[in-house]
Amino acid sequence: MTLEELDERGAEERARQEGFKTRVLTCTAAGCTSCGAQKVVEQFRKSVEDRGLTKEVEVVETGCMGLCGEGPLVQILSDETRYSRVDPEAAKRIVDEHLVGGSMVREHRIDPDMPFYARQVRVVLQNCGRIDAEKIEGAIAVGGYTALAKVLTEMKPEEVVEEVRKSGLRGRGGAGYPTGLKWAIVRKAQGEQKFAVCNADEGDPGAFMDRSVLEGDPHRVLEGMAIAGYATGASQGYIYIRAEYPLAIDRLRTAIKQAERLGLLGNRILESSFSFRVDLRIGAGAFVCGEETALMRSILGRRGRPRPRPPYPSEKGLWGMPTLINNVETYANIAPIILRGSAWFASMGTPKSTGTKVFALAGKIRNTGLIEVPMGVPLRQIIDEIGGGTTEGTTFKAAQTGGPSGGCIPAGHLDLPVDYESLQSVGSIMGSGGMIVMDSTSNMVDVAKFFMEFSVDESCGKCVPCRVGTKQIALLLEKLRAKKATIDDLALLEELCVMVKETSLCGLGQSAPNPVLSTLRFFRQEYTDLLKPKLVFEPSDGVA
Amino acid sequence: MAVITFSINGEPVSGRQDESILEIARQHNIRIPTLCHLDGLSDVGACRLCLVEVEGTAKLFPACSTFPSENMVVRTDTDRLRRYRRTIVELLASEGNHQCAVCVVNNHCELQNLAYQVGLEHVRVQYLFPRKDLDASHRDYIIDRNRCVLCTRCVRVCHEVEGAHVWDIANRGINCEIIADMHQPWGTSDSCTSCGKCVLVCPVGALIEKGATVAEMEKHRAFLPYIMTARTKHEWIARAIEED
Repeated sequence: MTLEELDERGAEERARQEGFKTRVLTCTAAGCTSCGAQKVVEQFRKSVEDRGLTKEVEVVETGCMGLCGEGPLVQILSDETRYSRVDPEAAKRIVDEHLVGGSMVREHRIDPDMPFYARQVRVVLQNCGRIDAEKIEGAIAVGGYTALAKVLTEMKPEEVVEEVRKSGLRGRGGAGYPTGLKWAIVRKAQGEQKFAVCNADEGDPGAFMDRSVLEGDPHRVLEGMAIAGYATGASQGYIYIRAEYPLAIDRLRTAIKQAERLGLLGNRILESSFSFRVDLRIGAGAFVCGEETALMRSILGRRGRPRPRPPYPSEKGLWGMPTLINNVETYANIAPIILRGSAWFASMGTPKSTGTKVFALAGKIRNTGLIEVPMGVPLRQIIDEIGGGTTEGTTFKAAQTGGPSGGCIPAGHLDLPVDYESLQSVGSIMGSGGMIVMDSTSNMVDVAKFFMEFSVDESCGKCVPCRVGTKQIALLLEKLRAKKATIDDLALLEELCVMVKETSLCGLGQSAPNPVLSTLRFFRQEYTDLLKPKLVFEPSDGVA
Repeated sequence: MAVITFSINGEPVSGRQDESILEIARQHNIRIPTLCHLDGLSDVGACRLCLVEVEGTAKLFPACSTFPSENMVVRTDTDRLRRYRRTIVELLASEGNHQCAVCVVNNHCELQNLAYQVGLEHVRVQYLFPRKDLDASHRDYIIDRNRCVLCTRCVRVCHEVEGAHVWDIANRGINCEIIADMHQPWGTSDSCTSCGKCVLVCPVGALIEKGATVAEMEKHRAFLPYIMTARTKHEWIARAIEED
């Protein structure tokens, strides 16, 4: 396929779509599928056929539309009406009343001015929930692979690296390492072959950003990887994805096959001299495999255990070769940066944290779901406006970001801008984007205990502080919860937390105590309330 | 290979770039406690006892697998490091069933020596009292997993020196344990050559010879540098370096 043919394909598909009077989009991503979206799609197909509308109405299955707590979600493209909690009954009514009758089904309609949608800026999620994720034509129609075509025809690899560097994009997996810098290192590193890896081993409790992106717009990620391959000199890509994401795996497999068939991946992409293959590697369900050195061992088919860094993967990675490892969302940001320029990207967010960030809102919040906001927006805006506040009758207590590696942000810091540095300053981290909201009914010691038990289960067991330290911290929290701990135990708990944080081998252990340390910082009272008085033996005056 | 100079605990030292901080420290008679490291085997940086401070960064580095750079300022014996080392030994002591008085390697045990070295007087955390399997199915040896510190020396010596790769790790986190082949009784292992290297490199009483009783078993590890020198440099040294 050539560049002209790519444009032609896009125009053809757009013309085909315009041939329909309207298109009915139904979210069949994991969230909506689990509440019955497949039955809704079947009903739409049946009703459209019964009404003889097959030439006028196209029924499309898409990825995540965002408001996951209200699924299954449906969108009518001709007038942008959104419907929530659609069951087959409602689907039939939407066809009968809206598509045929022309009047909306009020009971299921989502208010179009709802701040949940109005306050978002969608860059990564631009096509998510709007295109058919299982047809490459859908992606090409909205400009898919044009960024890849642009770099292959107009840009030198150095220029691509420079463009990414100037955009200020930072790793979206959590640590926030400058992406352009990482690309430059891999580009300069010496090796017979280089690799580009996509880390899709998203494992934080309450996080589903990467899954949604892969289910909704897999071609965007593949395109980003191919551009990264061109920029760094890598010819082979791996997507390391967890087996718990069967739908994302299916859609990725389909996407890779379709892209290869059209010559957008594989040998001599777009008839240039650049070749780039992408293969999937499925994780077997270990959280630690999201750590890059463990991830690489797992790709090699070995036990996923981290090793000390340096050497970093960018110098010595897969099979000892320079390896670029980026997160799903990082790759998904590449195509827009190339197409719209680094200056546009850098204009969003804050000077040090540019662009947007996808968050998965979960917990005690009204609008559970997937959102994307510019970096640096106040936390209050995410919680109160987009999230709609906490559930009836309760007040906001804290937001947990960064999963088991992060911390809690209390109500006093609601005006904190959400960017890498600000979150770190209050003892939390950006993390990959999970945001769990806690209200006045949540107990913070329980929250800390939950995350610590998660870390105990997920520790690989290689280094002593993480293997035994997390277990001992969890036992101390259990003792505290049973009201059997004294002030000495609390001191020991704090000491162990600092020790595990500073001495563990990899990021998992180094960040595992964060949920305890951060709740101790902001909610110490809840810990001391559980203490039992220390027994002090004082000599009595006489013999009893 | 370039020779570089840097300082350890304020003392100027020199070493080759491919020598770890631990190796160079030992050449200069600076003691850094270790457990998972053993001369002749690859380093994994797992026990975290050899962590050192490097000026200019808050991170701690394992001396066994960190290579020095010119003018680096390394500290091996600060209050903070001493405290962390004691806590690590304390955690190890709580993890297994380490009853020295009835142990076959009593007085010849690296964990016991470490406890003396770091001044571990008592254990503040809960003892976990594991109930892991003891495997006495091998003709000559026993593995008692309750005494294992998971240093993986046995895994590495079997893979790297003997080339049999009988041992590996099963499960994860606190439930990790050393297993033979596909988690089968050691005595039924087809890959085991009964060479006994794993028993000799085990720092504690987890891998032991049959027939030895309390405090009887001493382990000799000097054979390793002997084999490895012969293999890598093709030199037959008359006698391996004495152990410290």
